[in-house]
Parts: sequence; C-alpha cells; structure tokens
Amino acid sequence: MAKSITQEFVKGLWEEIPPFRLVLGLCPTLAVTKTVENGIGMGVATTFVLVCSNILVSALRNIIPSKVRIAAFIIIIATFVTVVELLMQAYTYPLFLSLGIFIPLIVVNCIVLGRAEAFASKNGIAHSLADGLGIGVGFTLALASLGAVREVFGSGTFLGTPVFGPSFHPFSFMVEAPGAFVCLGLMLCIMNLVGKK
Amino acid sequence: MRELIKMVVVLTVLSAFSGGLLASLRNGTKDKIEYQQLKFVKGPAILKILEGATNNPIEDRFKLKDGEIDRSFFIGKFDGKTDIIAFESFGKGFGGDIGLMVGVNLNNDKIIGVGVTTHSETPGVGSRAKTEPGFVAQFDGLPLIETFKVKADGGQVDALSGATVTSRGVAAGLTDAGLIYKRLKPQLADKLKDFSKKAGNTK
Repeated sequence: MAKSITQEFVKGLWEEIPPFRLVLGLCPTLAVTKTVENGIGMGVATTFVLVCSNILVSALRNIIPSKVRIAAFIIIIATFVTVVELLMQAYTYPLFLSLGIFIPLIVVNCIVLGRAEAFASKNGIAHSLADGLGIGVGFTLALASLGAVREVFGSGTFLGTPVFGPSFHPFSFMVEAPGAFVCLGLMLCIMNLVGKK
Repeated sequence: MRELIKMVVVLTVLSAFSGGLLASLRNGTKDKIEYQQLKFVKGPAILKILEGATNNPIEDRFKLKDGEIDRSFFIGKFDGKTDIIAFESFGKGFGGDIGLMVGVNLNNDKIIGVGVTTHSETPGVGSRAKTEPGFVAQFDGLPLIETFKVKADGGQVDALSGATVTSRGVAAGLTDAGLIYKRLKPQLADKLKDFSKKAGNTK
C-alpha cells in the first residue's frame, strides 16, 4: 500500500490498462467497438459501475463476511449496472439501442468484479475510487482507440463524420467480428513492442 | 451460528437496499423511458402518418383499456380539428410480429396512413414493407372497418412480390386494427372531444 492515490489512478492508464495489459473484459471490447461513439459509451458506463462499486465495496469491506463476499459484490455491481441501464434508456436512448445486450452484461465483466475482489475489498475508499476511475478511464481509452481504428477503416468515418474522400471504399472486414480480433491482436502487439523498449 | 446469522443479515439488508433504490429509480425514469421509446421506435412512423399536424402527437397521447391490454393512441390535430388518431396493431409476418401504426379519421373511418414500426422480416424482401412507401400507400383512403386480404387470397391488397407472408401479416394487422377501432370507437370519440375542449380552454 505504498502507492499514492495518483499512482493508483495512473496505473490503469498504461501499466494495467484492462483490455491490452490485463487482457480482461474482452467480450464488450470486441463486440461494441464498431464505432468510436459506442466504444466511449460502453467505457463511460463501465467506468461509472467500476467507480461506484469500488467505493461501496471498499466502504463495506469490514462488514461483509468473507464467505459471502462474492455474492455481496455481485449484488452491488448488478445494482449499479441496472442504474446505468435505466439512465441510458431515459437519456441516451439511441446509444442504449446500439449497445443493446452489452449494457446488462457489464455485470459479468470480469474487470468490475476483479477490481472489487482484488483491490477494493482490501483498500481504503479514496484509493479504491482512484483505482476504479483509473481502470475505467483506461478501459474507455482502449475501447475508443479500438473503435477509432475500426470505424475509420471499416466505414471511413470518425464519430460519424467522413474522413476520407468519396472515392474511399470501406474496408468492411474491420467492422465485422474477425476484424475485431485482428485489430485487437495488432494493438496488443504494438503495445508490447513499445512497452519492451 | 453467529457467523451464519451475520451472512444472512448482511445479504438481506444489501438486497433490500438495492431493491428499494432500483424501484425508486425505475419509478422516476418510467415516463422518460416511455417517451424515448415512443420517440425513437414508433416516432418516425407516427410523424410520417400525421405529417403536418399542428400539435406534437407523441406528447398528446392517451391510453385506453382494451380488454386486458392498455393501448396508446396518438392525437393528430389538423386545421384546429382533432378527429385523427393513430395507434399500433400487430400482424404475424414471416419472422415474427409486424408492428403497424395506423392513422384513421374518426369522422369517416378512413385510413389516412399506415407505417411499419417494428418488424423482423427478411432484409431486402419482407423489410420492403417498411422501406417501400408505395406498399403502405395503397391503404390510404380505404375504410378501416373492412377485412384486409392480399389479392392471392381473394382480397384487395397488392402483395409485395416475393413477400406474400409479410403482406399477409400487414393485412392481418390492419384487419386487427379495424377490430380494435370498432371496439373502442365510442371511447375514442369521447376522448377526442375532451381533448379539443381542453385545448380550446387553454387558448
């Protein structure tokens, strides 16, 4: 616990950035990153759940009996996921439609439960908040960058605005499932190359 | 034993708290969510049918009980008169239920417009019921109280070529809409009278 709050935040951005370094939470990462907007939306929703569940788990860590801690964490996480789902339905309905089933599936996103179990249940509230926020922002950045690559090459747009001339023929492989795997693999490769130096 | 009780108590309190929070949030966002769904799912069809209405049909809606089901009706105001109403009915298509928004004039029972809201028909075949305006335009001006059938079944509806099942679904949906309309017409007329009175008073 020698790390400062800032360090806890920063580690989520590079050192432990979820999809690339921990290779966790791949289901939404591969499924919703067809566009930048979807990636950011998913990232923000996950960040909200991560921060809230980390705070609550950390606050209740001495009350929850260790034998039923996973059940208790799941209740907390599922509650916040439902909150996000209702709020997105009420205020960002088109985004809710395009993310579809992957919003309720944040419940089983192993990043969220992983942070609750591995970090928040052992650390104080401030550190847990920083950890949740860092990991969440890292996840959002990862989804947005993956979404950006796939959207630019796959549909020739960035956040819905065309980036190439009208003569550009979309590389539609990129917006389909195999494109997601190839793209993620290449990005992992680049991350590892840069990290080695 | 003590530990067991603690586990039960903690989980119960946590679940109860979470249930309470979600229930209140759900109540708080219910209207907003319903409005969003109407706006993005049914809105385009409603606005197309009631094009040129001087009010906002999605806001001026009301519900009526039809047997056990609650149905929503959307009021369209034209030239200061409120005698046009739109509502949704369903017909069985090729891939599932086809949602139809039907606009009808209460004075002469004539259809003023039909639009497909939701469907799961084959893209490019049955989905043309939604994308080809010519198909639904054939219903404009027909009286809603009759039974609709495709021409192959001895009726009056021009089927989409290659999508007979979808066309039958649309026809069945319209027939159903006619039945709903017949059942609820007196109540609809009352509601519209109330609405125009209210609107008149506020002006």
